[in-house]
Amino acid sequence: MPEHALVWQQLRRLLVIALKDIRIYYSKGPVVVFGVLFPVFLFLAFSIGRELTIDFMMPGLIGMVLFFTATSISPVVVPWESQARTLERLMSCPLRLETIIAGDIFASFLFGTAISLVPIIAALALGVTVSSPVLFGLAVLLASLCFAALGNIFSVPPSNVPATVNMIAAAVRFPVIFISGIFIPLQQLPTWGQWIAYISPLTYFTDIARGCIQGEAHLPLVVDFALLLAFTIVFLVLAMRLHHRTMPRRL
Amino acid sequence: MVSSPAPDRKAAIEVCHLTKRYNGVVAVDDISFEVRAGEFFGFLGPNGAGKTTTVRMLTGIIRADGGSALVMGFPAGSLKAKQMASVVPEMANAYTDLSAWDNLMLMADLYSIPARTAKERARELLHTIGLLERKDSQVRAYSRGMRQRLILAMALISDPEVLFLDEPTSGLDVQSSRLIKELLLKLNRAGKTIFLTTHDMDEANQLCHRVAIINKGKLIAINAPEQLKLTASRRHSVEVSFANSIHPSTLATLPGVSDVQRLGDKYRLFTSAPGEVAAAVVSLAHAHGFKIISLNTLTPSLEDAFLALTEEAKHA
Ligand SMILES: Nc1ncnc2c1ncn2[C@@H]1O[C@H](COP(=O)(O)OP(=O)(O)O)[C@@H](O)[C@H]1O
Ligand SMILES: [Mg+2]
Repeated sequence: MPEHALVWQQLRRLLVIALKDIRIYYSKGPVVVFGVLFPVFLFLAFSIGRELTIDFMMPGLIGMVLFFTATSISPVVVPWESQARTLERLMSCPLRLETIIAGDIFASFLFGTAISLVPIIAALALGVTVSSPVLFGLAVLLASLCFAALGNIFSVPPSNVPATVNMIAAAVRFPVIFISGIFIPLQQLPTWGQWIAYISPLTYFTDIARGCIQGEAHLPLVVDFALLLAFTIVFLVLAMRLHHRTMPRRL
Repeated sequence: MVSSPAPDRKAAIEVCHLTKRYNGVVAVDDISFEVRAGEFFGFLGPNGAGKTTTVRMLTGIIRADGGSALVMGFPAGSLKAKQMASVVPEMANAYTDLSAWDNLMLMADLYSIPARTAKERARELLHTIGLLERKDSQVRAYSRGMRQRLILAMALISDPEVLFLDEPTSGLDVQSSRLIKELLLKLNRAGKTIFLTTHDMDEANQLCHRVAIINKGKLIAINAPEQLKLTASRRHSVEVSFANSIHPSTLATLPGVSDVQRLGDKYRLFTSAPGEVAAAVVSLAHAHGFKIISLNTLTPSLEDAFLALTEEAKHA
């Protein structure tokens, strides 16, 4: 089979995997409701009574919902499948391991992107204007992919107990939202705080969103995009490489 | 997509010095064998012998630490080999949130089976396994036997040339187990190569053209079931039960008896000359005034062959 035919074949099967994930895991009502409500409540808890403007709040809220939803299920798909004893059969199918992992990440990406439409539409309804919708849309897509890949990395340790994976995920997810310029904009942080913020990919999405909505990004947009892209590539490569090592130990 | 023809069509599976270690402990120890296309091949061994590990290496689920294996001429684990083979893993499940139908369609999509062909095959398979009426209910509600039948159907939706099954009938209800065995025989008659692992001697005896015996990771014999039984020819036996109680040592002293086992109210005398031993038992009974309730001569079973072979391997 020529190389391009092989790539197409694996891409189609990747899509099959993603649709399977969506049907099985994402279509469960509570998962979706929790995915939206949780970040919204968390956000309100930290912003109520601070007399913030809608234009300031919305970029942070969108970033948080995107981050939480895109990383909510990708960590548990593999452990779930392993526990449900469907993983071995999947691994025997004519799929590369990369196809399986990328399919899981793609499902998470679709979920994150779809759910982030809720706060985006709410923002527009509240009269928020987005100065460059194309750039903003691109940022949402890229960030969603980046976070979905990050979420998948949480499931690398070969523990088949979803609760363990959730613990690992929580240990990363909560600190990240506090260091990403969501509640305090980057320019108000001390220099050391800014350096900490730069290790979080969510920082760059929030900065792009602030640029598009408030018109005041801290970093040049090109830098934000470049770093977000770099994080995405690193996370994707890491997810594939690391799962290669630990997947056999799940059986 | 058309795959190029495999170089050697006569052998469906070729295994060469295959080895697997887990943390330094050898699970599969340098095994080599060949399964011919169209053969029903049994892989027999006790728990922990290395059957599952072997199947996993042949189906590309884990990598071997040494040696090589080809499936339909392609390296085991390659996409081409996987496309031509299917597996019913030892402990597998269908997606319980999906219906039987959707599980089958999912598998078909993963093998790129055209939708029409997939639907036709799915109907036919569901009919064969007796689940056509239940095809739209969630697998969650299925019994263990129904699930195992569905898992077999999922393996067959891609119409594989080689089918691997890892103890597919262990712990199943009688009907499901019989249905699966009959389906396997039918598939084999239609030309499919079948690689079946089992620890059940009768099953191997009933179904397989040839049986490989594996113990502690090592292949200790490979032959037709009847031939294997011959290797245990010293384990012919005479089974006798008496109305009176009798001391086994009396029986052990009979000429030609190599061993005596007590099984409930019966004694089993192992010998290579069952006819003479049976006659000796009768004269013994006459001489002592014992009353015989039953007397049978038994040819060795595959189980006896297995015991004899593993004993030999231990002493070797
Ligand atoms: N994932 C694993 N990790 C460590 N040891 C294993 C693993 N899988 C199997 N083994 C060991 O390898 C040997 C063979 O196991 P297995 O292939 O499952 O045997 P069988 O299927 O014949 O019962 C056993 O001693 C088992 O404990
Ligand atoms: Mg096993």
